[in-house]
Amino acid sequence: MIELKSLGKTYHASDKEIVALEDINLTIRDGEIYGIIGLSGAGKSTLVRCINLLERPTSGQVLIDGKDILALSREKLLKLRQSIGMIFQGFNLLEQRSVLQNVTFPLEVSGVKSTEARARARELLELVGLSDRAGSYPSQLSGGQKQRVAIARALATNPKYLLCDEATSALDPNTTRSILELLSQINRSLGVTIVIITHEMKVIDQICDRVAVLDHSRIVEEGRVSEVFTSPVSEIAKELILPANRKQEISGGGRRVRLTFHSEYAGEPVLSRMVLDCQCPVNILYADTKELDGKTYGQMMIELPPGERDAEKIMVWLKNSLIDWQEEV
Amino acid sequence: MFSEMFLKLWDNGLILKGIWETIYMTALSSVIAYVIGLPLGVILNITDKDGINPIYWLNRILGLVVNFFRSIPFIILMVAMLPVAKLIVGESLGNRAMIVMLVIAASPYVARMVESSLKEVNAGVIEAAQSMGTNNFQIVRKVLLPEAKPSLITGAVISMVTILGYSAMAATIGGTGLGQIAISYGHQRFNPDVTWCCVFLTVIIVQIIQEAGMRIAHETDKRVRGSKH
Repeated sequence: MIELKSLGKTYHASDKEIVALEDINLTIRDGEIYGIIGLSGAGKSTLVRCINLLERPTSGQVLIDGKDILALSREKLLKLRQSIGMIFQGFNLLEQRSVLQNVTFPLEVSGVKSTEARARARELLELVGLSDRAGSYPSQLSGGQKQRVAIARALATNPKYLLCDEATSALDPNTTRSILELLSQINRSLGVTIVIITHEMKVIDQICDRVAVLDHSRIVEEGRVSEVFTSPVSEIAKELILPANRKQEISGGGRRVRLTFHSEYAGEPVLSRMVLDCQCPVNILYADTKELDGKTYGQMMIELPPGERDAEKIMVWLKNSLIDWQEEV
Repeated sequence: MFSEMFLKLWDNGLILKGIWETIYMTALSSVIAYVIGLPLGVILNITDKDGINPIYWLNRILGLVVNFFRSIPFIILMVAMLPVAKLIVGESLGNRAMIVMLVIAASPYVARMVESSLKEVNAGVIEAAQSMGTNNFQIVRKVLLPEAKPSLITGAVISMVTILGYSAMAATIGGTGLGQIAISYGHQRFNPDVTWCCVFLTVIIVQIIQEAGMRIAHETDKRVRGSKH
């Protein structure tokens, strides 16, 4: 279990202070895939680096399995880091080492014998589907393959936790999906707890169990992915689910309502019924469905008709329906 | 076609001896300069404020010392360091003394070359190593130096060529080699063919160092896509 307690990080730059993180409280349970989402500059990367102390927080506590790691000696901290794997946006492979030697690197560092290390590395390359590239060098691999090597390397020391810092941000959508599938498989088969930092909602809803939304150094929303997705409370969460640029692009200037459909309604022609009942048209600005925890959720943004009376009619209809809805301001 | 002097030098084997002395002084000075300059460059890199173990005062002091020696023109440094050479090798004339001078002049140069090569190593790779619990010594040995290897070799080639140039200058205060032949038999006794012969031989030696070094740097670099492996 990873617990962050009233964690803060402030940088001192010449004469002014820059607050990167403020009062962060999080609990990441064993075995889950936990997502931390935010726009760039929100403090995500600093936050994930506070978990293995690549960045030292300036206030608060970091507890790993109940132990305050800020109190650890340098030596014990290095030992602890061997139980927390990490992968990066830029893959960060050693360019002068072969794929196999990259995977044996953390084992060499922790003093494992080289024959043993090589055997373990081969196992891991098998796991990530790159057995045939053991002798290649990073410059000969594609982005997705590099990230697979990085994952194998991060898992070499059998870590209990795996931190992913924008691990799929440099990859195309198909490769992103396959890397996320691999992470999900690792989580299920090895029981590795995974923390994912990202700015992409699709990463969160593809594999995360729970999510925290980070905005301006603070956590503004936290909970199960399905909850946050269906009823986002914070502006930033809404923004991430339906990006602002698309909102503007599709907005006609009228009042807008966000509808959320749960799978129970999937079989019902809700929108048609609304239009027929109210006898006035609505404009669909945006619609999307997602699979979360095996259930289907739909999101739709509609624009109400320009006439005040027609708009009110629809609002009343919505109030009497069982649909989750929310007017956007 | 050739002057009498040239033929005499050739027959006596003095020119061959000069080639050998130049190569020998350059090679030995380079090796010793790296023994001193490599660790110095590593320390400069890791104690820098962006390094893996920032130590402000140490970095500052070393930086100042290195800059001090680098800012003195070699010909002046040589003269100034004569007593030091005498102290270390017991003489202030001859090749052993010259090697001392060359090492004093080249080590700070090498340190800066090494420092800048190490700076090219991707910070993300160092961070990844740190995330795996790698200690600083291991980072230097297993990440910084191996990852910077092609650049370090390129730097070594440049350093050697510089040292070769210095070794010729050392002739002015009693060093031997092609520089001395060019000055005392060519320049001072008005035999331009001797001077030009030395120039020509020096150019060939530099070309060999350059070509061989660059080839080694290229052959050992694993960042080349596809081709060799």
